Amino acid sequence: MSTRELACAALALLVTGCAAAGRVETPNLGRPATAAEIAGWDISVGPDGVGLPPGGGTATKGAIVYEQKCQACHGAKGAGQPNDRLVGGHGTLASKTPVRTVGSYWPYATTVFDYVRRAMPYVQPQSLTDDEVYAVTAYLLSLNGIIGENDEMNAQTLPKVRMPNQVNFIVIYPRRER
Amino acid sequence: MNGTRRRFLEWSIGVLAATGVLTRGTKADAADPPDVPPWMKSPGAGFNDYGVPAKYENKVTRTFPRSQPGTTGSGAIRAPLEALEGTITPSGLHFERSHSGVPDIDPVKHRLLIHGMVKRPLIFTLDALMRYPMVSRVHFLECAGNSQLLYLPTPPTLTAGQTHGLVSCSEWTGVPLRLLLEEAGVDPRAPWLLAEGADAAAMSRSIPMAKAMDDAMLALFQNGERLRPENGYPIRLFLPGWEGNMSVKWLRRLKVVPAPIMTKDETSRYTDLQADGKSLMFTYPMEVKSVITRPSHGMSLAGAGLYQISGLAWSGEGRVRKVEVTTDGGRTWVNAALTEPVLPRALTRFRLPWHWDGAATVLKSRAIDDAGNVQPERDRFIAEHGSNAIFHCNAIQAWGVAASGEVKHVYA
Repeated sequence: MSTRELACAALALLVTGCAAAGRVETPNLGRPATAAEIAGWDISVGPDGVGLPPGGGTATKGAIVYEQKCQACHGAKGAGQPNDRLVGGHGTLASKTPVRTVGSYWPYATTVFDYVRRAMPYVQPQSLTDDEVYAVTAYLLSLNGIIGENDEMNAQTLPKVRMPNQVNFIVIYPRRER
Repeated sequence: MNGTRRRFLEWSIGVLAATGVLTRGTKADAADPPDVPPWMKSPGAGFNDYGVPAKYENKVTRTFPRSQPGTTGSGAIRAPLEALEGTITPSGLHFERSHSGVPDIDPVKHRLLIHGMVKRPLIFTLDALMRYPMVSRVHFLECAGNSQLLYLPTPPTLTAGQTHGLVSCSEWTGVPLRLLLEEAGVDPRAPWLLAEGADAAAMSRSIPMAKAMDDAMLALFQNGERLRPENGYPIRLFLPGWEGNMSVKWLRRLKVVPAPIMTKDETSRYTDLQADGKSLMFTYPMEVKSVITRPSHGMSLAGAGLYQISGLAWSGEGRVRKVEVTTDGGRTWVNAALTEPVLPRALTRFRLPWHWDGAATVLKSRAIDDAGNVQPERDRFIAEHGSNAIFHCNAIQAWGVAASGEVKHVYA
């Protein structure tokens, strides 16, 4: 074997060795997911509105859904009791007794849709229609004075809603300043 | 056992929830030689399908359950730290934090979907995941809301576990998440991942891709056996050192996304409201912390003499380098012994022999990690962060010892 051949063999060994060390062999047992399968499970909605379904609703309609499905836990007009208060608390965050609600604290309106659709009502999650979720979202935003009671929330309008407390969040990751 | 001692122990168990009373020593009684105990005079019980603790230990349970009004599984229950030793939390005592109860998941019917910014969206069964290369790591898991009672203006009259028991430590075994993301052909420019659970809250969090590709694991086993239902059976995401809520239980979906989804649990919850009304968001690693578990609130010292101080320390940013303990209210600090092995992002046991002179005093511990982070005194922590943050409290815990021997939570 010439010097050149030896060098080539050594290089090949080095490359193979590096590849083996850098990548763990896996059995490739994941089955390709179809678009329909993904659509059935993909319920997350980001602040850009990606993931919002067709449909829409207003506060007027949302009030009816709220009274039937939400009020028992969250009180009349989102006043709270026995569970979380959803309305009010504006201007309290820097006080000794901050009141964190959808209106005073939540930074993104899309989160209301995402969370209500996936987790509410507590005893019957994922039971509301998309129109009902839009309507309840509109109702909570309207009660908080963030939108008007006739403003329709849908895939176009909801991501445009600016929540009053959004400017007060300081993103720490990746560098933590504490 | 004589009547006085039995009554004392019963009182201790009832009042202290089996935290163990630190007694003066044993007096002679009927259990002493020369009599042979009855359990040596007939054969013992047969084998057990699944072992449980001794019946005499039945007061050692998870503690301080709190759930949203009208619910039973939307809240948390804590590990009884003061009743435990060593560093591994028994799986049955590992703290629980759930957002809509514990789902009853049939593993045969459970699926994990990986999709979004990937070349090949994939669905995995549990059987498939079991054939992947696995790793085992000892790590703590701590709820971001652990120790939040220290934000209160007056010290809570609660035990170490009730106050700090939203931390536990296990050996976790599972598949490095990176391997599955690589199989799916994850877009190398994709910065975030949404993780979603299969519980009734479909609890979800956005995870930085850097963590997912670093030490994130799909945990399948806890302390050698399959995960307990309340800890995510059959799959949980596990992110060493980061706030527990991100280690999404009952994991069913991972979506590779260009930006954080801003889920309810990374916006309205698990953000830290400061005194000025601003909120810190994405405060992921759990800060360096320690707590003396023995003696601690609710226990009673039986007079002057030698005691063994024992406690736990941990840091989400590395290894515990040092734990300093004061037995004189902060005038002097000495290094406690750390029990080997001291593992990164794992509970570390510290111990220190202490001669109590019988005078009232204050005990504290202060942990320092290998990144140089130092656990702060409570007054300094509150001055810096205010009292409204709920999460990420790592202030020093003080236990007051009265001349009577009673140990109580104090701010000092």
